[in-house]
Amino acid sequence: MHVIESGNVAAATGVKLARVQVIAAYPITPQTPLTEKLSEFVESDELSAEYIPVESEHSAMAVCIASSTTGARSFTATSANGLLYMNEQLHWAAGARLPIVMCVANRGVGAPWTVWNDHQDTVSQRDLGWIQLYCSDHQQIHDTVLKAFKLAETVSIPVMVCYDGYLLSHTYMPFDVPEQAQVDAFLPPFKPTHFLNPEEPRNFNTVTLPDVRPDLHGNTAPGYMEIRKTLHSDLRAALTEIEKIDGEFGEAFGRGGDPFVEPYRCEDADYVAFCMGSLSYQLRDVVDAMREEGTKIGVIGLKVYRPFPDAAVRDALTAHKGVIVFEKALSYGNQGALYADVKSALYSAETRPFVHNYIVGLGGREIKTHHLYDALTESIKNEAAIGDEPQWVGLKL
Amino acid sequence: MSKEEFCSMISVSEPGPGDGGNTGSWRVVRPVIDLEKCIPAKTGKPSCFNCWLYCPDAVVTKTLPPTIDYTYCKGCGICAEECPAGAITMVDEASFTKEEK
Repeated sequence: MHVIESGNVAAATGVKLARVQVIAAYPITPQTPLTEKLSEFVESDELSAEYIPVESEHSAMAVCIASSTTGARSFTATSANGLLYMNEQLHWAAGARLPIVMCVANRGVGAPWTVWNDHQDTVSQRDLGWIQLYCSDHQQIHDTVLKAFKLAETVSIPVMVCYDGYLLSHTYMPFDVPEQAQVDAFLPPFKPTHFLNPEEPRNFNTVTLPDVRPDLHGNTAPGYMEIRKTLHSDLRAALTEIEKIDGEFGEAFGRGGDPFVEPYRCEDADYVAFCMGSLSYQLRDVVDAMREEGTKIGVIGLKVYRPFPDAAVRDALTAHKGVIVFEKALSYGNQGALYADVKSALYSAETRPFVHNYIVGLGGREIKTHHLYDALTESIKNEAAIGDEPQWVGLKL
Repeated sequence: MSKEEFCSMISVSEPGPGDGGNTGSWRVVRPVIDLEKCIPAKTGKPSCFNCWLYCPDAVVTKTLPPTIDYTYCKGCGICAEECPAGAITMVDEASFTKEEK
């Protein structure tokens, strides 16, 4: 069924079709309409779930941790400072290996106060041990929510579904909503083999000493360092699952096919613009304009930020002369975090393109298409002159 | 997912002795019972057992005489504090030889 709705409703519709069992959320702009829609679904019995109102995002994540530990499919959503208020619990959810799915309507982080879009909130949370997926339009939001539950439950790692606040969360776009039966076939009920169960008393995530310990049965139980190593290995291995699930989704629904990077006019491109989120679709217009002028350029949108699909990124970028990374976030005092990751992925390539870094749209600063055009033109023309420092686009002072 | 896989992914413990690890290694002072003063040991009757009752780690036995499992005793000293006969002394671990440990 085709509907025309907001990005937040696209997310809520995906969550409903996923038959989520527990929702705990605290409203924050621009995520609020998503959780409002979910509470409507629960209130009207369209969705049979526990909706647990909480007094803060920290509690929202704590509730999801508790419900997921008992084996319930659990969901929350937030933005910006709300995400950061969860921070300690986010680390916990990853370390406890709970398959929670969370939507983040990306927003800049105060101070100064802002409610508008950039990626600083989620990019600053890249080292949690969560999987981070980024969407470029409403259909992707909807589909990624469904894939996220399957992925989280397959690899026992929580997943963040990130989409641009306002630019996607509050704009209206047509998207396809599948039938419930189709979704049920793709995403069976969550039935973990191990969960908190009074019939079989256990302590989960108990204190670990610096060393391993013998358990009750005389086996060696892992210490903190072993458990953390396993999380990292499983995150790396999740790249394979992401690809597999994307393939299964494509077979079931006829959409997908680019699990890690989404290229546009890149086949013969000398230069490639590289970014995350809806910006990659805006850049397509710039690419088209520059192609008409004879510049061989393409654009790639990155869909998976953690685990970082370095092999896919290397394969996609190594053949080009130059890569221009546009970012709505910054590792303050250094460079764009994505820029650093891209360079790192290219380090082992036999031929390396030049890589430049442009910072755009912080705190919702409007990204004019001609600004992107100017940045790309400058990058290509002054290749040698532009160093490693991030270049700022759209500054007015 | 097998139980082994699950137990390698997170820290899991079951109710039972010692599943919190070898907590005896945390101890800096060791409770030592003087059986000449200990009420149940002295009288040969199952009485008092305040040490058994108050021990937060359940490492004192309700036996004649009471014994302490030093593999898990953290040396908190509650037993010494609660003993009405003053039979338990907290002794610096450094004063024990390697063999005694």
